[in-house]
Amino acid sequence: MEKERHVLVVFPHPDDEAFGVSGTIAYHVQKGTPVTYACLTLGEMGRNLGNPPFATRESLATIRKKELMASAKALGIQDLRMLGFRDKTIEFEDEKTLTDLIYKMILELNPSLVITFYPGYSVHPDHDATGRAVVSAVGRLPKELRPKLYCVAFSNNCEKELGSPDVIIDVSAFAEQKLATIRAHKTQTALFYDEFSKKLNKKDPDAFKWLHYERFWSYKWTD
Amino acid sequence: MQLIDKTIVQNYIDSFANKEIFIHLETTNGAYASHKDESFLNAGAFIRNAKIRFSLGKITGEGPYRIGLKLDSGWVYGEGLTHFERDEKGRLLMAGLNSKGQLAIALELSETPFD
Repeated sequence: MEKERHVLVVFPHPDDEAFGVSGTIAYHVQKGTPVTYACLTLGEMGRNLGNPPFATRESLATIRKKELMASAKALGIQDLRMLGFRDKTIEFEDEKTLTDLIYKMILELNPSLVITFYPGYSVHPDHDATGRAVVSAVGRLPKELRPKLYCVAFSNNCEKELGSPDVIIDVSAFAEQKLATIRAHKTQTALFYDEFSKKLNKKDPDAFKWLHYERFWSYKWTD
Repeated sequence: MQLIDKTIVQNYIDSFANKEIFIHLETTNGAYASHKDESFLNAGAFIRNAKIRFSLGKITGEGPYRIGLKLDSGWVYGEGLTHFERDEKGRLLMAGLNSKGQLAIALELSETPFD
């Protein structure tokens, strides 16, 4: 994999970076590439409050902000930007305002690689809306000046409609960091992590594959 | 948050009666419900910082609990409430959490706007 100039990651929720992308982020950080992570919300509307509860709807934002900072630290991300939108509301924001914001970041950082969600194939409305804004922002640049745009997709129909992911990154060297960043978001990932650890202990091939390989679809431009 | 004590919560509800207050009311099945089961109709709603005034508010049921607030010209209703907390800002935070600790409903009352 070539060394990137700057990597810009744009997702709506703390922990979106942990699941399918953290190994790739760790890889670029290790190569010495600056990584900026722009996280649109603090996941204020997250559903996991614990049993017994460790948070309330009102304290969740502060807790998840700390988790996000811990996750960024685990990955070595030096430029973490929290953009201050509210969980669940991205699709209702003014699209031009969002696109302008991301476009400005692209002009400022001049990334050679941008990572976001594939609009239409990312299940959560915040994911799709974030992906749409990033695609519009990158699309404002003339084709030859556009950074690479890698998208995460996981809707049930994504492979049927988009085909197989064209970018598969071996992140096995960063598995521990990947697990650390998932653990950093413990309020949201504890249930997942317990189950996943069991699968890993049983040497479940799918869990192993998920941990060691990250999959992206290059955005298919129509122009 | 702790498990709802009906008497305590009733007293707290009473303390908000006949005042202009802010409400956060939310229900959710989680954003991935229809992803995991495509036949599932995912429905939910939230309203945050709506101003209300109620003259009569009650908590009912044997747990999970229901809450109804009688407004000057309408009602606020919530069911499935299991937990509550009166936080440091004097807000009454109530939620319905399933056995995994996942929120299904939140109903919160405050004399000052929520962040």
